[in-house]
Amino acid sequence: MQVAITEYLEIDLDRERWRCRRCRRDLGSARDNYKRGLLVHDRDPREIHRPILDAERYRYTFAPDSKWCRILEYYCPGCGTQVETEYLPPGHPPTHDIELDVDDLKKRFAGSGQEPKP
Amino acid sequence: MAVAKTKLEKFLEDTVVFLGPDREILKDHGLAPRDDREERVMRDHKDPHEIGLVRSKLDVIAEEAFDQLEQTGAAPGAKWGDLVAGVFTASGDLAAASTGGVLLFSVVCQPMLRYILKYWKDEPTVGIRPGDIFTSTDPRYGNIHTPDQNTILPVFDDEGRLALWVIVIVHEGENGSVEPGGMPSAAESPYMEGIRMPPVKIGENYQHKRDIVTWLQNSVRDPMLQIQDMKIRLSACLKMKERIEQVAQEYGWDAIVSTLRWTLEDTEAEVRRRLRAWPEGTVRSIAWTDSTLRENALIKIALEARKKDDELILDFRGTSPQFINRSINTQLHALKGMLAQVFLTFVWPDLPRNQAVFAPMRLMSDWGSALDSTPEAPNAQSMMTFFPGFTALQMCVAKFLYPTPKRYTKLLAPWYNMITTFIYGGLNQYGEIVGNLCADLNGMSGGAREDEDGEHSIAPIFAAMTDLGENEIIEEETPIVKIVPHRLMQDNQGFGKFRGGSGYQVIGTVRRSDMFGFMTTCTGSKFPTVYGLFGGYGAPSYPLCKVKGVNAFEKLKDLPESKWTIPGIMNEQPFADARYSTHHMGMQFEIVKQGELYMICQGAGGGYGDPLERDPDAVMSDLRDQLISHLTAKEVYLVAYDERTLSVDVEATERRREAERQARKRRGRPFDEFVKQWVTEEPPAGLPYYGPWGDRETIYLGGPANKMARGTCPGIMMTDPREVRIAELEQKLRELGVELAR
Repeated sequence: MQVAITEYLEIDLDRERWRCRRCRRDLGSARDNYKRGLLVHDRDPREIHRPILDAERYRYTFAPDSKWCRILEYYCPGCGTQVETEYLPPGHPPTHDIELDVDDLKKRFAGSGQEPKP
Repeated sequence: MAVAKTKLEKFLEDTVVFLGPDREILKDHGLAPRDDREERVMRDHKDPHEIGLVRSKLDVIAEEAFDQLEQTGAAPGAKWGDLVAGVFTASGDLAAASTGGVLLFSVVCQPMLRYILKYWKDEPTVGIRPGDIFTSTDPRYGNIHTPDQNTILPVFDDEGRLALWVIVIVHEGENGSVEPGGMPSAAESPYMEGIRMPPVKIGENYQHKRDIVTWLQNSVRDPMLQIQDMKIRLSACLKMKERIEQVAQEYGWDAIVSTLRWTLEDTEAEVRRRLRAWPEGTVRSIAWTDSTLRENALIKIALEARKKDDELILDFRGTSPQFINRSINTQLHALKGMLAQVFLTFVWPDLPRNQAVFAPMRLMSDWGSALDSTPEAPNAQSMMTFFPGFTALQMCVAKFLYPTPKRYTKLLAPWYNMITTFIYGGLNQYGEIVGNLCADLNGMSGGAREDEDGEHSIAPIFAAMTDLGENEIIEEETPIVKIVPHRLMQDNQGFGKFRGGSGYQVIGTVRRSDMFGFMTTCTGSKFPTVYGLFGGYGAPSYPLCKVKGVNAFEKLKDLPESKWTIPGIMNEQPFADARYSTHHMGMQFEIVKQGELYMICQGAGGGYGDPLERDPDAVMSDLRDQLISHLTAKEVYLVAYDERTLSVDVEATERRREAERQARKRRGRPFDEFVKQWVTEEPPAGLPYYGPWGDRETIYLGGPANKMARGTCPGIMMTDPREVRIAELEQKLRELGVELAR
């Protein structure tokens, strides 16, 4: 029995494990932070939000200031899907964003017949 | 002894010399307990068909008042839907509101009514009687900020009992604040934010008191606007009262009172039922705001949302402290109103529009923080902190909703959340003094949805249905000329499997007045304020661009219209001798010379899902519409295609995307290893960081060298940016060997 938690994550309730919904890769205990099962890359935001104005001439260019803001990209180690992004100042601890009550999920979905979304 | 104590208490009660904001009222957003009449009439009138009919009539009455105000209001905010009309119970709870407009406004009226009931009802010099007209604009008593003006009318039944209240609220704009237009980012105390009225009686016998109207007119830059909209708001309230009396003739007053209360209680019960369907647990998010509007400063808005049974606890402790001499602080009830908007507009828009929707939510905050400021901290630009608060909740709610079997709306990435517009003031082309704002703030872009792209510049986060304003009317009433009023900008997008909506650029100037100027008020020039969901990216950052020392009316004829864009003008610098510059979006009021260009851009909505999953045909469609560049199509979406025909090479695209997925696996590092290397104990030196870092017990005040324990920081006092600049320049002079005379 698995329940979809986000676009790319599900919890296998029988085994209490996080899994990738694209490749079914095991991502760790469902009672732990799912991010611990993922790969992380510190992305310079200017590579995604490129300067629209000439960065040689102007202080503000539509691109975020890379000394203020970084993008943490979280990838599935099995298939490389980008599961989550997080905009943080450099060095700021990542957020433990999802901490659901696994026992409640089991009670809630046991026998509900819910199938994982494709 | 007991008698003496009573006398002492009475003496103290009778000799209170100052009634300030009542924090107990402001903290409690729950429904008032049923009063005796409600207990009785709810037993007699509980037929759901009758309640449904009466409620529909009350909804229509609020709707009619909204339309009347929008058609007749003088303020730009009224014309473009920045208003609302509502019906409140006798105890002061919002029970019905217009569909259009800013529902947030009406949700924050409850504290004003409770204040009137607590302090003025039995006060012999005030009282509440038929025909009385009240108003309140001071955000410390239940408003958002001082440019919003309201008209509050108690409605009595045939036996002279207070049955309900009707209220209309309009963003009027000009209010006599330190900068024109009513939303001063230059305000360094609440006393620089224009007229601040705690709940006050401004009329009797359904007429405004002329002396008070005259006082108000003399307190603002636009006296005609002040009187015109006071009359128009009163007229709308009187129409609501008249219509409600007609309903009472048909169904009786008891049926109306019962309907209001049943509506609230049924709504709260339904919200609790829906919350029970959410999974139990905790979801967290952080939103960032990077400016006080006077200087860049990184401010943290932290939310931990805990759902238990039928209650949702929204814990904002860990948010940055208040800025005691900057206008970006939020009164807690304003934050609550904005959070209620998440549910009323984006999560459960099918529910009746009333404040019982928010009753099952409980808030936790630090008194004296940017989201729960003390009375001495200014609030004119509170949107700079409570709009990111809205975004933080949007992100949390999406993560609760995904595993919930039944949803009432589509999942949504964060909406754009800043008021990108020109606030203006000065002498217009007719020699009259005006001060207000353009309606472009309503052009926020929608976040991507779980199965489709977001809408471009569709509606603000604080209202479902508003308008962008007609340029012809703006030009008729003010010297503002928007040379480019609405033109989407390339690559202004939250990328994702489904992309966020794009925002439009505005190039504005002034004509036919030498005494007219602008200000702008957004954060997010260095650190985006909007983020992606489930692997999508957020919005970019947004500067203010200026071209000074030019009269564009003389020069633009020589420039092809295709170049009339922000990058076209700023990168190619087509006007010789002009001065081109970029700035953060917190510009205090400044005079604009005729023909000088001020350029701003509406923000984008956040993206949803991994960009590598975006349909290549959708990428080509965005290219065709010039929403993205070839660079974005190739480097962010990794589509292989023919640049001339825009035909996709499906196999090559899949090869490129698979290669990128493999590259991600090579460059990504295991989380624990990454954290060990990435996380620092304190914010980096050189980053003006204000707030908690790793845990919420230590508050950093501008960097690692200056910190305090949580609960001991009374507020941050910033140095005037001009003083900072002068000190920098003096230091440079000293380095050059020049000593200034002292």
